[in-house]
Amino acid sequence: MATYLEFIQQNEERDGVRFSWNVWPSSRLEATRMVVPLACLLTPLRERPDLPPVQYEPVLCSRPTCKAILNPLCQVDYRAKLWACNFCFQRNQFPPAYTGISEVNQPAELMPQFSTIEYVIQRGPQSPLIFLYVVDTCLEEDDLQALKESLQMSLSLLPPDALVGLITFGRMVQVHELSCEGISKSFVFRGTKDLTAKQIQDMLGLTTPAMPMQQARPQEHPFVSSRFLQPIQKIDMNLTDLLGELQRDPWPVTQGKRPLRSTGVALSIAVGLLEGTFPNTGARIMLFTGGPPTQGPGMVVGDELKVPIRSWHDIEKDNARFMKKATKHYEMLANRAATNGHCIDIYACALDQTGLLEMKCCANLTGGHMVMGDSFNTSLFKQTFQRIFSKDFNGNFRMAFGATLEVKTSRELKIAGAVGPCVSLNVKGPCVSENELGVGGTSQWKICGLDPTSTLGIYFEVVNQHNAPIPQGGRGAIQFVTQYQHSSTQRRIRVTTVARNWADAQSHLRHIEAAFDQEAAAVLMARLGVFRAESEEGPDVLRWLDRQLIRLCQKFGQYNKEDPTSFRLSDSFSLYPQFMFHLRRSPFLQVFNNSPDESSYYRHHFARQDLTQSLIMIQPILYSYSFHGPPEPVLLDSSSILADRILLMDTFFQIVIYLGETIAQWRKAGYQDMPEYENFKHLLQAPLDDAQEILQARFPMPRYINTEHGGSQARFLLSKVNPSQTHNNLYTWGQILL
Amino acid sequence: MNVNQSAPPVPPFGQPQPVYPGYHQSSYGGQPGSTAPPTHYGAYNGPVPGYQETLAPGVSRAPPSLGAPPATTAQTPCGQAAYGQFGQGDVQNGPSSTVQMQRLSGSQPFGSAPLAPVVSQPTVLQPYGPLPTSSQVTAQLAGMQISGAMAPAPPTLGLGYGPPTSLASASGSFPNSGLYGSYSQGQAPPLSQTQGHPGAQPPQRSAPPQASSFTPPASGGPRMPSMSGPLLPGQGFGGPPVSQPNHVSSPPPQVLPPGTQMTGPPGPPPPMHSSQQPGYQLQQNGSFGPGRGPQPNYGSPYPGAPTFGSQPGPPQPLPPKRLDPDAIPSPQLNELPPQQKTRHRIDPDAIPSPIQVIEDDRNNRGSEPFVTGVRGQVPPLVTTNFLVKDQGNASPRYIRCTSYNIPCTSDMAKQAQVPLAAVIKPLARLPPEEASPYVVDHGESGPLRCNRCKAYMCPFMQFIEGGRRFQCCFCSCINDVPPQYFQHLDHTGKRVDAYDRPELSLGSYEFLATVDYCKNNKFPSPPAFIFMIDVSYNAIRSGLVRLLCEELKSLLDCLPREGRAEESAIRVGFVTYNKVLHFYNVKSSLAQPQMMVVSDVADMFVPLLDGFLVNVNESRAVITSLLDQIPEMFADTRETETVFAPVIQAGMEALKAAECAGKLFLFHTSLPIAEAPGKLKNRDDRKLINTDKEKTLFQPQTGAYQTLAKECVAQGCCVDLFLFPNQYVDVATLCVVPQLTGGSVYKYACFQVENDQERFLSDLRRDVQKVVGFDAVMRVRTSTGIRAVDFFGAFYMSNTTDVELAGLDGDKTVTVEFKHDDRLNEESGALLQCALLYTSCAGQRRLRIHNLALNCCTQLADLYRNCETDTLINYMAKFAYRGVLNSPVKTVRDALITQCAQILACYRKNCASPSSAGQLILPECMKLLPVYLNCVLKSDVLQPGAEVTTDDRAYVRQLVTSMDVAETNVFFYPRLLPLTKSPIESTTEPPAVRASEERLSDGDIYLLENGLNLFLWVGASVQQGVVQSLFSVSSFSQITSGLSILPVLDNPLSKKVRGLVDSLRAQRSRYMKLIVVKQEDKLEMLFKHFLVEDKSLSGGASYVDFLCHMHKEIRQLLS
Repeated sequence: MATYLEFIQQNEERDGVRFSWNVWPSSRLEATRMVVPLACLLTPLRERPDLPPVQYEPVLCSRPTCKAILNPLCQVDYRAKLWACNFCFQRNQFPPAYTGISEVNQPAELMPQFSTIEYVIQRGPQSPLIFLYVVDTCLEEDDLQALKESLQMSLSLLPPDALVGLITFGRMVQVHELSCEGISKSFVFRGTKDLTAKQIQDMLGLTTPAMPMQQARPQEHPFVSSRFLQPIQKIDMNLTDLLGELQRDPWPVTQGKRPLRSTGVALSIAVGLLEGTFPNTGARIMLFTGGPPTQGPGMVVGDELKVPIRSWHDIEKDNARFMKKATKHYEMLANRAATNGHCIDIYACALDQTGLLEMKCCANLTGGHMVMGDSFNTSLFKQTFQRIFSKDFNGNFRMAFGATLEVKTSRELKIAGAVGPCVSLNVKGPCVSENELGVGGTSQWKICGLDPTSTLGIYFEVVNQHNAPIPQGGRGAIQFVTQYQHSSTQRRIRVTTVARNWADAQSHLRHIEAAFDQEAAAVLMARLGVFRAESEEGPDVLRWLDRQLIRLCQKFGQYNKEDPTSFRLSDSFSLYPQFMFHLRRSPFLQVFNNSPDESSYYRHHFARQDLTQSLIMIQPILYSYSFHGPPEPVLLDSSSILADRILLMDTFFQIVIYLGETIAQWRKAGYQDMPEYENFKHLLQAPLDDAQEILQARFPMPRYINTEHGGSQARFLLSKVNPSQTHNNLYTWGQILL
Repeated sequence: MNVNQSAPPVPPFGQPQPVYPGYHQSSYGGQPGSTAPPTHYGAYNGPVPGYQETLAPGVSRAPPSLGAPPATTAQTPCGQAAYGQFGQGDVQNGPSSTVQMQRLSGSQPFGSAPLAPVVSQPTVLQPYGPLPTSSQVTAQLAGMQISGAMAPAPPTLGLGYGPPTSLASASGSFPNSGLYGSYSQGQAPPLSQTQGHPGAQPPQRSAPPQASSFTPPASGGPRMPSMSGPLLPGQGFGGPPVSQPNHVSSPPPQVLPPGTQMTGPPGPPPPMHSSQQPGYQLQQNGSFGPGRGPQPNYGSPYPGAPTFGSQPGPPQPLPPKRLDPDAIPSPQLNELPPQQKTRHRIDPDAIPSPIQVIEDDRNNRGSEPFVTGVRGQVPPLVTTNFLVKDQGNASPRYIRCTSYNIPCTSDMAKQAQVPLAAVIKPLARLPPEEASPYVVDHGESGPLRCNRCKAYMCPFMQFIEGGRRFQCCFCSCINDVPPQYFQHLDHTGKRVDAYDRPELSLGSYEFLATVDYCKNNKFPSPPAFIFMIDVSYNAIRSGLVRLLCEELKSLLDCLPREGRAEESAIRVGFVTYNKVLHFYNVKSSLAQPQMMVVSDVADMFVPLLDGFLVNVNESRAVITSLLDQIPEMFADTRETETVFAPVIQAGMEALKAAECAGKLFLFHTSLPIAEAPGKLKNRDDRKLINTDKEKTLFQPQTGAYQTLAKECVAQGCCVDLFLFPNQYVDVATLCVVPQLTGGSVYKYACFQVENDQERFLSDLRRDVQKVVGFDAVMRVRTSTGIRAVDFFGAFYMSNTTDVELAGLDGDKTVTVEFKHDDRLNEESGALLQCALLYTSCAGQRRLRIHNLALNCCTQLADLYRNCETDTLINYMAKFAYRGVLNSPVKTVRDALITQCAQILACYRKNCASPSSAGQLILPECMKLLPVYLNCVLKSDVLQPGAEVTTDDRAYVRQLVTSMDVAETNVFFYPRLLPLTKSPIESTTEPPAVRASEERLSDGDIYLLENGLNLFLWVGASVQQGVVQSLFSVSSFSQITSGLSILPVLDNPLSKKVRGLVDSLRAQRSRYMKLIVVKQEDKLEMLFKHFLVEDKSLSGGASYVDFLCHMHKEIRQLLS
């Protein structure tokens, strides 16, 4: 199946798309029997250094319900200057600019290698990027200091024309005016009172009587918003000073109380501020918080320290008083932000929970980042934060704003839904299925914040009836149209058009089987599972996963009844059960030993990372280093833990370097410092270097753990491996452990 | 006493009987020379003497002359003149009199009554005219009589007239009465006479002969009740001994004769003179007795009197000649022409003069300290400078009562209608010579109190059982003396240590409060001041903000501090606002202040804690920087809308957050129309005036401010409001919070830095620096039998007994009314104990206790003899001013008049000697009641003129509510001081003159002040030299009208006048802006408004008219 693997890889590199099935069962009935739905992982903005955007606008199918974009799959009549839409078969005239086309002079969008193509829209306003910092001041002095430094540092990374704003909060919420000389000025809001967008704008003096709310009008912006959102080049010094002078929230916190933290209102004001001044313009609200919201709308826990923040146990017992209300509050905010194309990042650094469970939707629905750490004074936060402002090969930020993803399908397919950092735009159409998987009922989604790795799972339904077979050699096609604001402030449209062969499952099952992408399938199933886990009981989801796995094996496995050893799966399915096994144990579905915040955090990242990263999350990678040869991947199994090995585990969220017992002793004895044991030194160094490499590339920064046999931190490794050897079945192992 | 108070006054003076002879003389001798003021008197004297002398001879003459010429000539002219003038109406009461007279007879209200008298008077005057030719004395007498005659004449002419006159005459026959009468009407006191006049006169005729001796007194009396006194002396002198004797003695003798005819009237005088008749008038007199003081005054006035005569103009010559009848006549002759104009009036000199009373009291009681040891003593008047020695009762500076002798039963009290009230100023400032109350520390056990009624230990508590127990003087409960407080008693039953312990020997003292007396059982933290500055367009444009910020920089060094503390414990905070509020963080560690804007005015909160309230010295640099920047920051503001309630709310919340009491200084410019709680609309509507809805102008527009005030009080947040309105700002509503929190309101209409800077800054400095007690609760306890039932002032009450004051300063007064709930006992008297629990400006919790013992009486006369009119007016004004909130103004005015009439009628009925119904008899202690009450009735609140804005009325209403007695006194009856009359060298204040236009001479300069306003009136024919030395311009015409600052010139006159202005300002709690008014200038209207004895443009009655009206009311009540 090397061919299929290559094919899959090629497609992924070119289009950023991976389908669970690369040959599609040709009828609804057969498709359902395949167990794993027809779906794909789409990375809309996958980096394509080889794909320079074209500087013109796409050509659309003229049928109002279709509006598909001219693509290489279209039939073109070069003489008549006509093209037929491959989705609706409408025949369209080429626009006047295309009069010169011919078979030898094709426009880029007709060339097969440009199945993915990016257009730059020249018309329309160019709005600057907007960064609104929302900063918690109820922090420890060290934390606040570190945070202030990070923020000041970030100012230097922003493009000079970007607009920045600052909101700080504690017991009160302060919106800082950035353009004042002498006295620093801020508008203060009570942290306990929810305000409507209108009220907020009134109170900030943003409403000018005669200006009706409408689409972004850049000319008006500088005037209206000048006080709170300023071009960084203008107020760089001011803001740096202002950040420098930020004080901890001055309200006294008495013994046994949590500081009063008005996160809910602060976010509400941030959303309201942008909503009023820059609707439909790319903007990033960056929330930095050091603890749970303790008052006002969106409060997650009371200020009494003796009442701990909700745990999974409390939630199961329906004992989390504030959860529902808070969740509702943040959902409302997230939806408002999403409507206006603003994304919300959450940077939560605290030892205890900070209410990510309730706030997760802010990041999830708007495509914002969620970062969880122990303290702002850690490299984990500092580097992660820095990485947000990393740039691509063109010197542009790796972020895009206010994207709309539209999916078009050929007639045999319908769209069932999507799972990822998006909200539905509720666009119904002929290609929208009634059966929802993930966020469904629409053919368009809004993704307010995107980066090159943001990946959505998109699920389809084959609707072709069994008794109306598709002609042999027929192909189904899907077009993904992503309109977004590039970080260079241009508006762009990226169009990806893919097609796959239909196959009759009865006659060509092997064909279909061979075209199965088990990695993509595992991730897509996992996303569905995680999506369900958000709303359903954990055990139900696990049962559902189990059943799906059993049905799949039933369908594709070969076995003799009553003989477990006879079970065989073809190569294209061989890893799938293993993925499912680790998925079941993963923190995405298991909440035991995780706080609600951690679960939310893990799930958040799982729902947006690309396939590779997702797989790592499902099944951590374990490398083994020894004197016996180059590092090799080993089974994630307790049997891989050997005394003379160094292990490097990457779970995406953590990177663990584990020295086996002997190695640890050698190191303790200082052999690595002896010239004659330089190879030992190299051995020790190798995993460190590899880890560094991973750390450099990953967002968010994983927790980096360097431990050894018997170290307390070794638990990170031990908890992940398959406990094939336990005190029950391996006596000696148990002893060793002791 | 007698109708003509004069009579009574005289007698009272006389009463000192024993003293009498000596008195007069002594006073005489000394006084004549000394007293400059008496100018008025002089006139009196003049006439008087004349009278007397003439009397004998004149008597015969007079009558005849009267009879013949005057009657015809005089009358006719009078009549004509009168008519003419009458028609014009306002000009003079007199004129109309004829006509009205007739009506009067019919019994008419105001006008008529006065008229009647007037008529008589005018007639009198006229007679003068003619008479004088023959001889002054006769003239006067004649006048007197003539008036009488006239009256009779008119009667004949007038239908109605006749009868009353005759009747009156019969009753008032007594010369006194008669004479007085004629005067009295005008001049109330003398004889009630208005009517008496007509009547009286006839009698006079008959009487004259008899009364000849009489007449003088009468004349004397009539002039001024107060005058009367003087007159007497004068008379005594002139014909001195004789006259006096006549007087004194004469009355009695006369009495007899008159007795036949007019026993009643004469009666009174006699008693006065002869102590023998005491029971009778003595008592009354007795009351006068106190007035006794006057005698000396009289004497003094007398001397002045001569000068007085001069006042009119020509009279000057008179002084020397006072006694010389001839001399007198001549002036009169001279005056004739002018007199003719005035002649129709009652002689204003004959009615009780506030100036005289004040002067008398000053002379009599100003020299010796007032020792409070004796129960029920009436203290000197508020206008008198005196020292107080606390020997067990609270100083009158702390408490003044309407009466120091309370009726034993509620029936009596009801009968008398004299309100029983105390005006309490718990934190009154004392002159430097008097020690402030001792602070007593009873340690952890706290102050010793009665177990039942919770009264605090005081000098009246009775120790029994050898000192082991004490009986509460308020509720009679017997309490154990705690061991640590035990002390043996001496042979009189007094504790041996009584004099070592302030609470056992003084009327006023303080206790240190224990933690039980503190909110939340926590000792309070030092209070804070928050300055809240309007920075809307108006405030910026007028220059207010810049001025204020500049001033605050230095003013912050002068915050009140306790005792000799090095720096004030008070912290300060700053807020500016327009439609939104700006708080400032001025923490000492900041390089620059930080501004925090709160625009959520609907739900105000304080955005910061740390750094908002700071110690001035620590944060000085930041504060200075802030105050520098505020005017700049808002320099080009265009915001015109403001909020108000949220500002107060913010201040209050800030104090709450800081857990301390404090004071907000609000500087506000406009009607708060921005969308916010407490938003107001312009509801000013002059059409409502004199309708049933007028009261709404005084009521707050919304209840929101009351609620807010309640919260403020609970937090101990006092609000001082400085208003700078350019137009209507609804003071009635804006003042609610300051009013209920014990704050002050200052209003500077159309504020402009150039003109009002001095006034505003001076008020501000004073207001910021003055010592304040915070978060106070005041409770007045009384001994069994009476009970505090009503309270007036700037405070809040959540129940019926506790007066809650968020802040209380040394200027604020609480008036408390008492009612009987049981019988009182003459022996034990009645006790008041006012306890004020407050937080000092250093944050110390204290209790200030004032005790006062009053007498109780079973005789109404005792009550009337121990009243204090000034206090009474204070109470009545506050009562009326509160009344306008709920009733139409007219109802309030009528009620005041009725009450006054009832008080006086009761006196007349029960205490005065029998006399003609035509006589107006006023108790000595209350002889000024009518004039003062008239001033209250004419005040802007109760009778607004066209130029008085709704805001002004509300403002004044608010001010009066917390005024003390001295302030109401001068506020309602302004002081008018002639500047060039007394020698330049004299350092004392020149004696005041009565607030009437006819007292002004156009060759003189006057200062007029009422505690709020200060005018310098320049007569048109003032000497050029004076103009030059005062204004540095060469002529009258070059003086800038409306000038508010006198040039600083190096000459004695300028120095003296400026010194006087300064000293007047120093006496008042608010800075009085000086306004220079030129005679005949348009600004003069403003000035004339304060000449309260004259008829006012807004329809307020003149003193004379009102007196007549009052007399009529009384007569109605009596009949």
